[in-house]
Amino acid sequence: MISLSYFLVFAAALFCIGLYGVLARKNAIAILMGIELMLNAVVINLIAFWRFRTPEMIAGQAFAVIVFAVAAAEVAVGLALFIAVYRRRNTIAADEIDLLKW
Amino acid sequence: METSTLVWLLPLPPLLAFFLIIFLTNRSKGLSHTLGILSVLLSFIGSMIIVVKGLQAGHLGEEPFTSVINWFPTGDTWFQIGVWVDPLTIVTLFFVAWTVLMIFIYSVGYQNYGQPAGDHDAPGLPPHGAMVEDEKGHKHRVPSIEPMYSRFFAFIALFAFGMYVLVVSNNLLTLFVGWEIMGLCSYLLIGFWYAKPSARAAAIKAFLTTRVGDVIMLLGLAYLYTLAGSLSYDVIFSEETLHLLTSTGTPILGLSAAALIGIFLFIGTIGKSAQWPLHVWLPDAMEGPTPVSAMIHAATMVSAGVYLVIRVFPIISAGMSHGEPTITMNLMAFIGAFTGLFAATIAVTQNDIKRVLAYSTISQLGYMIAAIGIGAYVAAAFHLFTHAFFKALLFLGSGSVIHGVEHGVMHTDEHVDPQDMFNMGGLRKKMPITFWTFLIGGLALSGFPLLTAGFWSKDEILADAFAHSNWPVFIVLALAALLTAFYTMRQITLTFLGEPRTKAAEHAVESKWTMTLPLVGLAVFAVAAGWIGITNDFPIIGGLVPNWMHDFVGETLAEHPAVVRFSWIPLITSLVVALGGLGLGWYVYRDVPAGEADPLEKPLGPVYKLLKNKYYFDELYDFLFVRPAYWISETFTYLWLDRRIIDGFLHFVARITFSVGGIFRNYIDKPIVNGFGDFVGESVKRLGRSSRFIQTGRVQQYMIMALIIAFGTLFYYLFFLSQP
Repeated sequence: MISLSYFLVFAAALFCIGLYGVLARKNAIAILMGIELMLNAVVINLIAFWRFRTPEMIAGQAFAVIVFAVAAAEVAVGLALFIAVYRRRNTIAADEIDLLKW
Repeated sequence: METSTLVWLLPLPPLLAFFLIIFLTNRSKGLSHTLGILSVLLSFIGSMIIVVKGLQAGHLGEEPFTSVINWFPTGDTWFQIGVWVDPLTIVTLFFVAWTVLMIFIYSVGYQNYGQPAGDHDAPGLPPHGAMVEDEKGHKHRVPSIEPMYSRFFAFIALFAFGMYVLVVSNNLLTLFVGWEIMGLCSYLLIGFWYAKPSARAAAIKAFLTTRVGDVIMLLGLAYLYTLAGSLSYDVIFSEETLHLLTSTGTPILGLSAAALIGIFLFIGTIGKSAQWPLHVWLPDAMEGPTPVSAMIHAATMVSAGVYLVIRVFPIISAGMSHGEPTITMNLMAFIGAFTGLFAATIAVTQNDIKRVLAYSTISQLGYMIAAIGIGAYVAAAFHLFTHAFFKALLFLGSGSVIHGVEHGVMHTDEHVDPQDMFNMGGLRKKMPITFWTFLIGGLALSGFPLLTAGFWSKDEILADAFAHSNWPVFIVLALAALLTAFYTMRQITLTFLGEPRTKAAEHAVESKWTMTLPLVGLAVFAVAAGWIGITNDFPIIGGLVPNWMHDFVGETLAEHPAVVRFSWIPLITSLVVALGGLGLGWYVYRDVPAGEADPLEKPLGPVYKLLKNKYYFDELYDFLFVRPAYWISETFTYLWLDRRIIDGFLHFVARITFSVGGIFRNYIDKPIVNGFGDFVGESVKRLGRSSRFIQTGRVQQYMIMALIIAFGTLFYYLFFLSQP
């Protein structure tokens, strides 16, 4: 029988991988992909807690579905932003997009 | 219409004319003089109606025409003003109305109405004459019209208003108002040609000198008001008030209130009627437009001073018992008689035709004052009445003479003074009307027996002095009468008789009808005005005409004055001095050749010089008052008081304030207030500068920071807050 802690460890690992991707990669699309991984880790957590703690209620699943929807919208907006940036600056390397400073 | 209503209206037309001329018709010379003359004609007609009504009313003295209105509240009661017509008013009104009307008509001619405007004439200067070309191509210089013609009429209209107010008012306050309005007009008219420095100086001198008298007169009015509670004639001349005034003592020299008030009011008269020692302004007043303002100053306005003392005679004589004159009356007799002789002596040596008349006026006013001083109430009023006519006649005549000679000066281009009698002579043929009228006026002034008005009034004063056994006054006045006849004949001889002494006098011409008509009108009165006051027991002609003056004017007083008994001594005296003076004057000056000095200069020597310089009174006053005043204002007030003390104190305060301010600034404002403000600003700046390096603009670094902080917060919660 797989206990709750396996799921949590797995989700934490997935989150850390995503986080590492967000912080370490230069390509903005890769950063976006890291964010996706982190979101998915959160979804796994949600589902796991729902399954092990309150299986009689539907809130966990509903939450997961909302997170998917939000993630999809976020990717759409993010990609649109990167295209706009690319058109203007001819790059999508995150460390070169540094206009917002003193 | 009620008589009193008409009296109210008397002064108004000239005032209306004044404002209309000033505000509307100033541009149009013809319209302005029409307005002026119409207004005084209205007042004249009104005055004559009142005079007739006054003569018809029996016992006008006891029941004068009067009406009062409330003017302003004084506590619970009102200060009342009103009009008052008693016999004295009737007499004064009569000569005021006549002389004022004559002045107005005369001014039209004198100010050259109808002549062309001068080539170089400017406002503030006498007209210089204009060049005109006749049909043959000859160029002539003719008199030019006065540039400020309308203004002149406005001024004399205001003057007429003042005089009427003074005459008809029923209390001393409105009398004083009229008095001051005339003072103002006098100032304006003397300084009428304001671009002439001498005219300006004369205007200021006249104003300041009369002001001395006016201020003291106002003191007298104030004192009278505090005691009597009113200034209306019916109150202040009532038995109770007079008794109160005589029984109240004052701290000054132990005088009674009546005496003190009388002296104060009399000092007002000294200023207005140019009595010694305030006589200096009147001769200088001749700087104004020649005859008209001279006449205003000499024949009409100065009469106001005498009118005042005649009017307040009950106060002046209050406390008189058994014919013993009061202190005020003694003072008046002294000043009047002294001035009478004093001014007459100066008049003997003056060469300016108007100045002779000015001093003559001072002298004659002295006569009237002296008459009041010896208690000759009716005689003073009578002389005031006749003098107004013949002195007005003489002044207008002198103006006509000057006008004629000025014409000669313009014609011949000779540079002589048209007012100096030694530049005249022989004018009787050139200016017949002026000559005859001037002769009548001159004879009246010198008291030519039987015919002229001056004889009767002057004789009555002398008779009064004789009857009161007032020998000093009698002798001094007789001497003055001798001198009067002498200088009058000197003037007539030098001006009209003999041969012309200059070319200008040869070419003099008679003045226009507007100027000669008033002369004739006044000449009639200069003769006839005396017949109303002939004593009943005068030899032969006495009683032919009733002694109307005495019966009528005497009624004004509560206690009718007694008729002076006829006596031969004053009559013979006045005959001798008048005829002797006239004869002497003619004999000394009968043929003075051109360019010759005054025949009196050699025999009199230093006395002549003293008289010529008017006893050095101008110099004395300059030394006593004018220069100290300058010293006080320049050295004392300006340099010491103002610059040193007041300015010094102000500068001291300013310096103290300045240094206190410096201390506050250096030790409080700059270090503390400014320091705190700067510290706040600087610290924020420093903080911002030191922490700005974290603001890199790279999104991943921000996220690392967020992660670190999130971890930090997590650790904080886990290890510090969740401790059991």
